Amino acid sequence: MTTTMAKTDIKTGKLERYGLTDDKLRALLRNMLLQRQLDNRGFQLNRQGKVPFALGSEGHEALQAGAAMAFERGKDILAPYYRDLGLCLGIGLSPYEILLSIFARAADHNGGRQFPNHYSSKQAGLMSFSSILAAHIPHAVGAAYAIKYRGEQGRAVLVTSGDGTTSEGEWHESMNFAAIHELPMVMLVENNEWAISTPLDKQMAQPEIWKRAAGYGMPGRRFNGFDPIETYGAVKEAMDRARSGGGPSIVEGTCYRYLAHSTDDNDMTYRTKEVVQERRKNDPVPRFEALLVEYGVMSERDVEAMRKDVLRETNDATDRAEAMPYPQPSDLYTHVYEGAWEPWQ
Amino acid sequence: MVPKVDTSFERHDLTDEQLVALLRTMVAHRTLESRGFQLNRQGKIPFASAGEGHEAVQAGAAMAFRRGVDVLVPYYRDLGLDIGIGVTAYEILLSLFGRAADHSAGRQFPHHYASRKLGLYSISSVIAAQLPHAVGAAYAMKLRGEERAVLTTCGDGATSEGEWHESMNFAAIHRLPVVVLCENNEWAISTPLSKQMAQPDIYKRAEGYGMPGVLVDGMDPVACYAAVKTALDRARSGGGPALVEAKCYRFLAHTTDDDDRTYRSRDEVAERRKRDPVPLFERTLIENGVMTADDVEALKRSVLDETNEATDRAEAMPYPKPEDLYTNVYSANFQPWQ
Amino acid sequence: MAVSSSATSTVMNNVEAVRATLYEALKSDDRTVILGEDVGARGNVFLITKDFINEFGPQRIIDTPIAEASIVGIAVGMAMEGLRPIAEIQFADFIYPSFNQIVGEAAKTRYRSNGEYTCPLVIRTPYGGGVRGALSHSVSIEALFYHVPGLKIVAPAFPADVKGLLNAAIDDPDPVLFLEHKKTYRLIKGEVPDGHYTIPLGKANLLKEGTQLTVVSYGLYVHWALEAAQKLQEEGLSVEVIDLRSIRPMDKGTILRSVEKTRKLLIVHEDNKFGGIGAEISAMVAEEALFHLDAPIRRLCAPDVPAMGYALPLEEEYMSSPGEMAEAMRELVRF
Ligand SMILES: Cc1ncc(C[n+]2csc(CCOP(=O)(O)OP(=O)(O)O)c2C)c(N)n1
Ligand SMILES: Cc1ncc(C[n+]2csc(CCOP(=O)(O)OP(=O)(O)O)c2C)c(N)n1
Ligand SMILES: [Mg+2]
Ligand SMILES: [Mg+2]
Repeated sequence: MTTTMAKTDIKTGKLERYGLTDDKLRALLRNMLLQRQLDNRGFQLNRQGKVPFALGSEGHEALQAGAAMAFERGKDILAPYYRDLGLCLGIGLSPYEILLSIFARAADHNGGRQFPNHYSSKQAGLMSFSSILAAHIPHAVGAAYAIKYRGEQGRAVLVTSGDGTTSEGEWHESMNFAAIHELPMVMLVENNEWAISTPLDKQMAQPEIWKRAAGYGMPGRRFNGFDPIETYGAVKEAMDRARSGGGPSIVEGTCYRYLAHSTDDNDMTYRTKEVVQERRKNDPVPRFEALLVEYGVMSERDVEAMRKDVLRETNDATDRAEAMPYPQPSDLYTHVYEGAWEPWQ
Repeated sequence: MVPKVDTSFERHDLTDEQLVALLRTMVAHRTLESRGFQLNRQGKIPFASAGEGHEAVQAGAAMAFRRGVDVLVPYYRDLGLDIGIGVTAYEILLSLFGRAADHSAGRQFPHHYASRKLGLYSISSVIAAQLPHAVGAAYAMKLRGEERAVLTTCGDGATSEGEWHESMNFAAIHRLPVVVLCENNEWAISTPLSKQMAQPDIYKRAEGYGMPGVLVDGMDPVACYAAVKTALDRARSGGGPALVEAKCYRFLAHTTDDDDRTYRSRDEVAERRKRDPVPLFERTLIENGVMTADDVEALKRSVLDETNEATDRAEAMPYPKPEDLYTNVYSANFQPWQ
Repeated sequence: MAVSSSATSTVMNNVEAVRATLYEALKSDDRTVILGEDVGARGNVFLITKDFINEFGPQRIIDTPIAEASIVGIAVGMAMEGLRPIAEIQFADFIYPSFNQIVGEAAKTRYRSNGEYTCPLVIRTPYGGGVRGALSHSVSIEALFYHVPGLKIVAPAFPADVKGLLNAAIDDPDPVLFLEHKKTYRLIKGEVPDGHYTIPLGKANLLKEGTQLTVVSYGLYVHWALEAAQKLQEEGLSVEVIDLRSIRPMDKGTILRSVEKTRKLLIVHEDNKFGGIGAEISAMVAEEALFHLDAPIRRLCAPDVPAMGYALPLEEEYMSSPGEMAEAMRELVRF
């Protein structure tokens, strides 16, 4: 599979920007840089023995930054999965909130209950989800049903999953129901070709997930998830359709998982360094930096300054979050049900 | 949507004897099912279900099944398929009456036959639960390098289950020798196809899994035979799985516990009855000189005689004994506290 | 416990009580939607939702595809997004595909989001045997779910309790599994107070007072235990009968007060014994009231087989009859 920045290819001489201003393009890059920095930070903290677990999304930056930009804050709902750090940043979570989650501090949205990367924020429209693959997809469908049922115009649900997750029964049941009821929902598949150690060809017999859409009676489309602008264009088109009563669709972004699945995984047991290095040549972060410089959106110095700023923000957030307290032992017992609770009454 | 009537008679590789056998299966299917409904109305059995409208697809598919070689993993509406691969009228009546001599010793609902000898797998009433089993059986065949295939069936409603999806995907990944025959009768109890899926062609899902999808007129037994045979032949010879969708119709209520007048019009049913596959196929055979009208009558009489005889014999058989409740929970006697 | 807003009442069976309560819920709160297989034109296989679709429309009475995981999962999403869904699993035997959504998702949503997202959701399902339902239309499922923190479970036996508890379940801010014994659907009739009322979850009902033995049960067997206890009354034996009504939470006070009085305990349920509801009740009583007991606790439950068979003798052997219950009561009283 080739992974060039097709629509933004320098050779065409013209940048297809789907209406994105220079500011928006810079915001895209900043999100991508921040994702990578925060991912690294998680891995560093894990190596330093400060956190037990971290999960990286290197290779997903462009896809997530682009998709997040198509999300309308204050209106849309995001039902993400655990690899969506960048999407959650892009819809409004701060690096400090990310680090609270990594450190499992009491001030974290979930009070330190969930694994890192399992954010939720009602205010941001970010639905709570578990680590169970595909379990959140029916929830997204239910939320989309509620939006449609109440006749709310201009709102839609953006739900994401990995390629491996499409094999789950709940993925199928959700697509079918969304199509029957023409719900305002977009199924964004982040196809990074791996599910832990399982390559795509052991996950499905034909590699193009978007082709399943026709079988459900909804539109499907594939886009280059290494290109944040193309991603934005594709996801925005789908979200606009969903928001305006046009029903659901499946959009599949191709990308790659550069790191191991998580800090608990060693990917060299199932794939070679060479393969990963080859795919690194298309790393979306340096390529997008180069593109913005090429088109005069930013200078090299601007990029350098942005990187520094992102690092500073990450460091600040790390220090602040680390200094925060853990939840109390007594916090184990709250929010099982509403109010105090005893199974024997 | 009514599939187009095909007036040209294409017999494929079927001999006259096989064509007559097809009709016999269809007639036996219908007769035995009416018997179930009669017995229920007489208060002799608590429950019966029927596949009127499915006779053609099931008789055709059964003829494509290789006895002694293939495995059938059916669903609860497959009486005709079961008859077609060798389940006898007597066995069917034993199951309807819930007698001890029944294959499941009276444990299962009617129409949940199982027979190792016939290659007929045991199923539950739980929708789509049989599909992963079919896929697992096909995996075993492939692993052992056998030239065999699994025929598994389901209704249109069953395609909505997660297990259906997971099974299709796995069968395609491993190119397993399994044919999924979907008997699309446009209804799932009271749920019409339009509430089951947004587009009405189940076979179109096949592409998304990377396997062939085939559409066939489920009211034409010969066409169904040909479609299923092609798919099973390919599966046996290493060509991988296929999804065959046969469009048919459910003429009766879902079961004796259902009243379909609450959710569909008599006009709709009457309109679809015009393509009732049983009289349609009788006519085809007569018009093409395979049988005379007298032959058809004789066949029907013989099926009815057989059904009557089987009814009397099965009814006279004893129920299982109370202590039979405790056997075959595990391989040996078992107590949870040891 | 019923707080009736009206002194009048109507005689109903359990089907009618469920139906009337659902109807009121739909009428009084347009956030309420019902989703499940065949709940629309067919009006549910037991006709509980008959004609609802005509009055409330297909947006609120949702005929789903046959896909139980998503029936519950979509209801979870609806609940998270502010609707009040009532999901129906057509038969309890078909709830297994939705196990993940009930146990892994609905029951954990509040906890995992630290209270930010909640899941006010009712899952109704008919369960239980005695109707020739064979292996896949007769099971009891409560023991598989009552282990799960975050979930509540109700299993009423009488029409008035059906109404009060279903109202409470619908109002409840957390997920509730509402179990309806299908054999009681048309068999059991009773006075149901008119108007809106709720019965709090976790409150048992002392149905019959007695002094020599406490019998605890729920669902269909409450009726049979009562029948047996009345028979024993004629023989001069005095048996107290408690209808649990709620399985999670469960009413400790009513059970302990009774056991401290009668000093003997028999637990009767249709679900099989090993790891069943009776095991938890036995353990609680052993922990809290061991020295009040004059006899070992006894449980009369189904045998350790997967389900009742189709043939009549297999079903009868699986289930306990009022006669068997009476015999167990006699033995324990005489102990
Ligand atoms: C139901 C379930 N099964 C298995 C797992 C373990 N698991 C966690 S991530 C993962 C791979 C997911 O792959 P994919 O959907 O492609 O997402 P990616 O991690 O590649 O982004 C697996 C198998 C799980 N969390 N949930
Ligand atoms: C898992 C599960 N859910 C629900 C049911 C109840 N049920 C029995 S048959 C049926 C309809 C099936 O429709 P379809 O698959 O189209 O087959 P048909 O009966 O039309 O042949 C339903 C919902 C079941 N048996 N299993
Ligand atoms: Mg992946
Ligand atoms: Mg059907």
